[in-house]
Amino acid sequence: MAAAKRPELPAILVANDLREGEVVFATLEGWTRDPRRALVVQDERAAEALRDFGAKEFLRARVVDPQLVAIENAEGAPRPRHYREALRALGPSVRPDLGKQADFPL
Amino acid sequence: MYLYDEFDERLVRERVAQFASQVERRLSGALTEDEFRPLRLKNGLYLQLHSYMLRVAIPYGALNARQLRQLGFIADVHDRGYGHFTTRTNLQFHWARLKDVPTVLGLLADAGMHCIQTSGNCIRNVTADPFAGVAFDEIEDPRPVAELIRQWSSLHPEFEWLARKFKIAVSGAAQDRTVMKSHDLGVRIVRDAASGEIGYRILVGGGLGRSPMEAQILRDFLPRQDLLAYLEAALRVYNLAGRRDNKWKARIKFLVHDIGVEAFRAQVEDEFARIDKAKTNARPAEEARIAAFFAAPPYENLPGVSRKLERSIARDEELARFVEHNLTRHKRKGYAALTISLKPVGGIPGDISSDQMRVVADLAEQYSFDEARVTYAQNLVLPHVRLGDVPHIFARLKEQGLASANVGLITDIVSCPGLDYCGLATARSIPIAQALAQTFADPARQKDIGELSIKISGCINACGHHHVGAIGILGLEKKGAESYQFTLGGDPGDSYALGELLGPGLPAEKVPEAVERLVAVYLARRQPDETFIETTRRLGLAPFKTAFKEIADAVA
Ligand code: HEM
Ligand code: SF4
Repeated sequence: MAAAKRPELPAILVANDLREGEVVFATLEGWTRDPRRALVVQDERAAEALRDFGAKEFLRARVVDPQLVAIENAEGAPRPRHYREALRALGPSVRPDLGKQADFPL
Repeated sequence: MYLYDEFDERLVRERVAQFASQVERRLSGALTEDEFRPLRLKNGLYLQLHSYMLRVAIPYGALNARQLRQLGFIADVHDRGYGHFTTRTNLQFHWARLKDVPTVLGLLADAGMHCIQTSGNCIRNVTADPFAGVAFDEIEDPRPVAELIRQWSSLHPEFEWLARKFKIAVSGAAQDRTVMKSHDLGVRIVRDAASGEIGYRILVGGGLGRSPMEAQILRDFLPRQDLLAYLEAALRVYNLAGRRDNKWKARIKFLVHDIGVEAFRAQVEDEFARIDKAKTNARPAEEARIAAFFAAPPYENLPGVSRKLERSIARDEELARFVEHNLTRHKRKGYAALTISLKPVGGIPGDISSDQMRVVADLAEQYSFDEARVTYAQNLVLPHVRLGDVPHIFARLKEQGLASANVGLITDIVSCPGLDYCGLATARSIPIAQALAQTFADPARQKDIGELSIKISGCINACGHHHVGAIGILGLEKKGAESYQFTLGGDPGDSYALGELLGPGLPAEKVPEAVERLVAVYLARRQPDETFIETTRRLGLAPFKTAFKEIADAVA
């Protein structure tokens, strides 16, 4: 589960909201539940900054398990490259009525 | 069924208050995640892929109507309208919110339930025969013993932080229906052939996961009054000698395997000899108090055959199938134990909606002396229904999509949540179960194939029991994609066996075809009345491997 030291790029920052448990994505203004609004970083410096943001938010007890996730730019929303993270950004594949896929249709 | 006394009630309420304060401190940042994680795990709260997950203990799988309704209420108000029954006979809510968990724990306590010790390195929920008290082949009802162990192990100060999780199963029947040999410790009620006295056979060192091992006999016959002293001795030896340096070698099975069961037994017997038995064993009065809760319900005197049921069966083919596959013989004439399959074709194994919970609650209350049970195969049981009531129960179940007549058949598939929910998963397991159920949906074909257990796990932890499936399927990651490994010949019962690997992993879309091939070998080569597992035992792996290889080669 440990994130690679050097993230593949482009990437987004994904975490779970501490209070709700829900999957959230970092933006320039904080966190969003909406995967379409996730901030996409293209270079290492921006990725570093995003990682630092995640670490701070973890220490501030806002989120748990912040991780940089490699994506490809797809229509409408960044799509994680690994199937695990792709499922996480959508919701259970066996319950299309639940999770992000239900709340934020692409 | 056991009902909390003042002591149980206080213990659970205090724990709710304690956890509420821990959550508050976590949310304020006073506790770090590292400090909080073990505390939340002690209360059955995990963080999974999409959300927190709350695991509710169903002690030895027993539920009453009030509890089912309360679970339904929690599902509606605090989760997403459903729950998931697991192979450990617990119930999981997959969309818990940390801030609401103290409220949910309070609601559970209102109905005599909790999440204590459903996770973490402690003695977990005790599992028992789902047909306890009703099984035709029962020597003695295992529930009083299971309840005694629940009380003994709940917040036992010495065993709060074991080297690793610890799972106990109890069975009192001739046939094991608890997967006892996959447990850290098994308590089997037996009758001593010489004296006729009832006591316990104790097993130790079973477990699945990445190094599956079969439990071995620790003590062939233990006099009943010594149970708690002996368990205490066994746990103490493990607590001191179990490895704490390596999480993957920490279960008791490794200790027993490394030093050998004889050496382990010697240490336990040594400790047992030293223990103050009078202080440790249950007092007879307490045993009697517990046993009274499990007295037989007020059965009626009924004829062994119900004319009403016979007539209904003659008119209704579906009902006939249901009766054939979902009823189990009861000790009492005119009654049956009725299994409610949570495996509708295309559904999610073990999932149950809040509406379904309420219907099962109503049926339990009206027709089964207010009792329902959870099985390790992720189904429910109404343990005592009158045969004449079966047509009506069937009709009510059918309205709710709960009348699948497939218990023990190829579509009665056990599956862990896998990557659709679980953060540890390497692949999805539910969609595999769904595709297989669809492939074999035809009732006539299912009947022809007969008894066959498919069990699926989404990673090597084996929560879906794949090692003991006649066909076991394990989801792994191979070159960045989901890949499924097959084992053959696993058996969870008295002819316990761990499945053997058939070949390299397959992509998801090839899984149904592979199972078809294995089934075809069986159908072509079975002898009259031989089940799938019996044929695999007689023929060995080779013909199945050959059939499997054709598909594996085509993929490669
Ligand atoms: C957050 C979800 C879960 C986590 C983190 C989890 C974790 C684990 C781990 C780490 C093991 C391996 C233990 C070992 O080998 O020492 C394991 C085994 C097991 N778990 Fe789970 N599990 C989860 C969900 C489930 C579910 C949903 C079920 C029931 C369907 C379940 C039932 C079992 C069983 C039966 C075993 C194998 C028996 C054994 O060796 O103990 N678990 N689990
Ligand atoms: S077997 Fe693996 S994927 Fe399945 S529930 Fe257990 S830990 Fe999760």
